[in-house]
Amino acid sequence: MQVSASVEGAALLGGSVIREIKASGIDYVVSVPDITTSEGLLRPLAQESKPRLIRVCKEDEGVGICAGLAYTGKRALLLIQQTGMLDSINAIRGVAVEYGLPICMMVGLLEKEPGVPPRQSKRYGVRIVEPILDAMGIPYHEIEADADLGKIRPAIDDAYAGSHPVVLLMGRRPA
Amino acid sequence: MMRRDDCLKALARHVTDADIVLPVYSTAFDWIDIRPHPLNYLSHGAMGLASSHGLGLALGRPDKRIIVLDGDGSLLMNLGTLVTISEVAPPNLYHFVFENGTYEANGGHPIPGRTNVDFAGFARSAGYPTVHEFSDLKIFEQQIGAVLAEPGPVFVDLKIVASGPQERDYGRLHGPQVRKAFREALTAG
Repeated sequence: MQVSASVEGAALLGGSVIREIKASGIDYVVSVPDITTSEGLLRPLAQESKPRLIRVCKEDEGVGICAGLAYTGKRALLLIQQTGMLDSINAIRGVAVEYGLPICMMVGLLEKEPGVPPRQSKRYGVRIVEPILDAMGIPYHEIEADADLGKIRPAIDDAYAGSHPVVLLMGRRPA
Repeated sequence: MMRRDDCLKALARHVTDADIVLPVYSTAFDWIDIRPHPLNYLSHGAMGLASSHGLGLALGRPDKRIIVLDGDGSLLMNLGTLVTISEVAPPNLYHFVFENGTYEANGGHPIPGRTNVDFAGFARSAGYPTVHEFSDLKIFEQQIGAVLAEPGPVFVDLKIVASGPQERDYGRLHGPQVRKAFREALTAG
């Protein structure tokens, strides 16, 4: 396992991530709680009136909700855990990939070791995520430290401009 | 018990050009013959998700009535949607389930619990403020206009008999031209 010295001890501030989410024009955050993003993102987002938080029972519901919103010109972010993303592969396949809709997902990587690339994680459930996204042709970006914040807005803008899904992989708990 | 096509014909008389309708599977094939319209939202991508797409549309376009025509097998795949919709409580969402007790588009096999499941009970327990059940066509025809005038979210369980063989060209539901027409119609008004 290779640990990246540049990000091993780096911080990721939740407030900065939320600032980027807002700057991306996100109107709705649709979420099933995820322990990686629970305190740093979901809890503060729940205190905000915009973006509006929609709590769903299961992640594939969120895929459908985000799709409906996309047709109306509203931007949405599906905030979930990679276990939920894996559970929703068929919905993502049909709605996001085959229909070419801008389903933007921010996905917490459960128990990924900070500073370790997802593909090199000791956790099977983490290691398989990027190869699966590659197989599905879905672009993704690793968000591991504040230095990665600049990836968020362009990724979301690109998804809406090109009408395709994107996944932002949250590799550590935002502080 | 009612026939699905009779229910759809009765419903179609009360659907306006501004309404968005999301029918699924067998119901969709009947509906697009009875009421072809670019604001029919036909591409749901995965079984069970029609009401979730509908919730997104209801949030994004509060000026429009969103009418979901779900199947019982489809709803069983996404029961959590009842809870989510109840919590969000969009006043413009009307959620119908056509209950025939079978996976009609997948061989006509029975749904689990077909003799026990209470879809209206599910909706009430999930928190839908308004729930209706119909098994008599004449009563449905008399009341459907008033149902669609109620503030949503409204849940309607329609007890229907299984239908016979049906020609199913899924390109009519999932083809890119369907989504293009919908997008253009929604953008226009």
